[in-house]
Amino acid sequence: MNSVLGDKKAIAILLGPALLVYTLITMVPVLWSFGLTFFKGNPLQGFEFNGIVNYQRIFTDSYVHDAFWFTIKYAIITSIGQIILGYGLALLYMFVLKKSSTLVRTLVFFPVVLPTVAISLLYQKLFQSAPNDGLINELLVNVGLGSVDWLGAGDTAFIVIVIMDIWRSMGFYGVLLFSGLLDIPEDIIESARIDGARFWSLLRHIILPMSLPILFASIIFSLNGTVKVFDSVFALTAGGPGNQTTPLTLYMYRTAFQFSDYGYGSTIALLLTIICLVITLMLFRSSRRDNTL
Amino acid sequence: MTTATTPVTPDYRRTMRRASTNPVIKLLKRIPAFITIIVLVLLTAYPLFWMVINSLKGKADFLDNPSYALPETWVWENYARAWEVGNLATTITNSIIVTIPSLILIVILGTAAGFALEVMVFKGKNAILLFVLAGIMIPGQMIILPLFTTFFSIGLVGSLTPLIIIYTAGGLPLTTFMMATYFRAIPREVFEASTLDGASILRSFFSVGFPMVRNAVFTVAIVQFFLIWNDLLIALIFAGQRKLNTIQVGLLNFSGEYGAIDYGPLFAAIVITVGGILVLYLFLNQRIMKGLAAGAVKG
Repeated sequence: MNSVLGDKKAIAILLGPALLVYTLITMVPVLWSFGLTFFKGNPLQGFEFNGIVNYQRIFTDSYVHDAFWFTIKYAIITSIGQIILGYGLALLYMFVLKKSSTLVRTLVFFPVVLPTVAISLLYQKLFQSAPNDGLINELLVNVGLGSVDWLGAGDTAFIVIVIMDIWRSMGFYGVLLFSGLLDIPEDIIESARIDGARFWSLLRHIILPMSLPILFASIIFSLNGTVKVFDSVFALTAGGPGNQTTPLTLYMYRTAFQFSDYGYGSTIALLLTIICLVITLMLFRSSRRDNTL
Repeated sequence: MTTATTPVTPDYRRTMRRASTNPVIKLLKRIPAFITIIVLVLLTAYPLFWMVINSLKGKADFLDNPSYALPETWVWENYARAWEVGNLATTITNSIIVTIPSLILIVILGTAAGFALEVMVFKGKNAILLFVLAGIMIPGQMIILPLFTTFFSIGLVGSLTPLIIIYTAGGLPLTTFMMATYFRAIPREVFEASTLDGASILRSFFSVGFPMVRNAVFTVAIVQFFLIWNDLLIALIFAGQRKLNTIQVGLLNFSGEYGAIDYGPLFAAIVITVGGILVLYLFLNQRIMKGLAAGAVKG
């Protein structure tokens, strides 16, 4: 039988095209980009070998420093927010809404599928301060607080980006973690209830410990997405004011396409790839642990 | 916690609890939950509702009245302006032209590769799977410069072809991996039986394997649809010319050129973009939710 399933020609026909496209369009460019890190220039003006200058520059460049910490800060805060609110939603679906949770679940999930650009433009208007206030400032003014120039300063613009990205993805983590809660055997929860456990002690001693693996996996999944943040920042603040909300992805884009420095752009991309690699390795370790549990 | 008392049905538990609490207290206890749900619904739906009412306001209305008020006069022509000035017919067409071929290629190539990597037997299978999986983590920034250089030098920049090629390659790792896990659930004997009946393995892939994972193919296609339709990075680089703008780039440009002057049409353009997805979501929401969650768990 193995001779049929081991048919070399069939394997080549089935696997070959995908492997070829993937290798040519993804893996070769990765190596090529790595090569570019030792050069200066762009396709129009030509390239010039400059050794490890790009690497020396990346360690001293204050823009890279800022962009790196912006990326890390954004990724950690957004991921934690997404997971905490997502877990809250999952508990709400599971223990409060029970069978009737479908409608709320479906509604809260909707922003997940919306285009980031559309949501970013909507948030620009929601948090607008000039020439006239958007909804958020109107609310603040009506309760007696002053209006805030949200997108005019780095700190407040950061808050808007984080709120927006939590708003549009909490429904996703709600559904993901809800499916994790459904996997907890019902009789364990039932028997604890009959033993007289109140909801909070049930949560602390049984539900939370049992959902730790999926919580951990979700955090890593979320980090892996948030360190690559580009669309929401590009459309919402374009990295500004100044470069105060510029993540590595956007700084790389600017370096390559506005300052036409492909070599240095590739070096920044390499730094980003290394961050993604570290996160992915963490994911591998966590899923190994799941299997042995 | 003992598990000795397991054989208790939920019904029994419910009657026990109901008997022990006063119905009024029980109702009062549900109030925080009610408030939570109302807040949640408002938080999700109100910004979208706000977007719709603002898409129907005239210029003066924005300056004179608070943004949460209903329009003074309902300016439906905002939608016509958005459609024309925002170039929406072109950008939506471009997005469709790019998305459909990419999806077809991803599904065919990814399913075939997933089948080969899971069902077929050969050396180095795991190494190849790992090689393909590595693609999931690679950020777009790490591949776009060589791709731009290449497509520029062979004269493909200026058409939508680079987008189709890049989206296809970008979708393959996750699709291949997801399809491989779906094929794992199908017993090998099915394929062995069909080959015993005289079908070649290729034939049994197309006439037995592919139909059996129809649902999975649909799930994978949904995940990839949203990734491609909502992409901005690749589209900015390869579809920057006005005639090539995809819907996301077009919307962004429209906001830059026009959004600061007249808000109504900008809101209308956002509503149109969101509305298209809403229609899709109304019909397919359960499958979309399951599909995207599966994409995360398996990726």
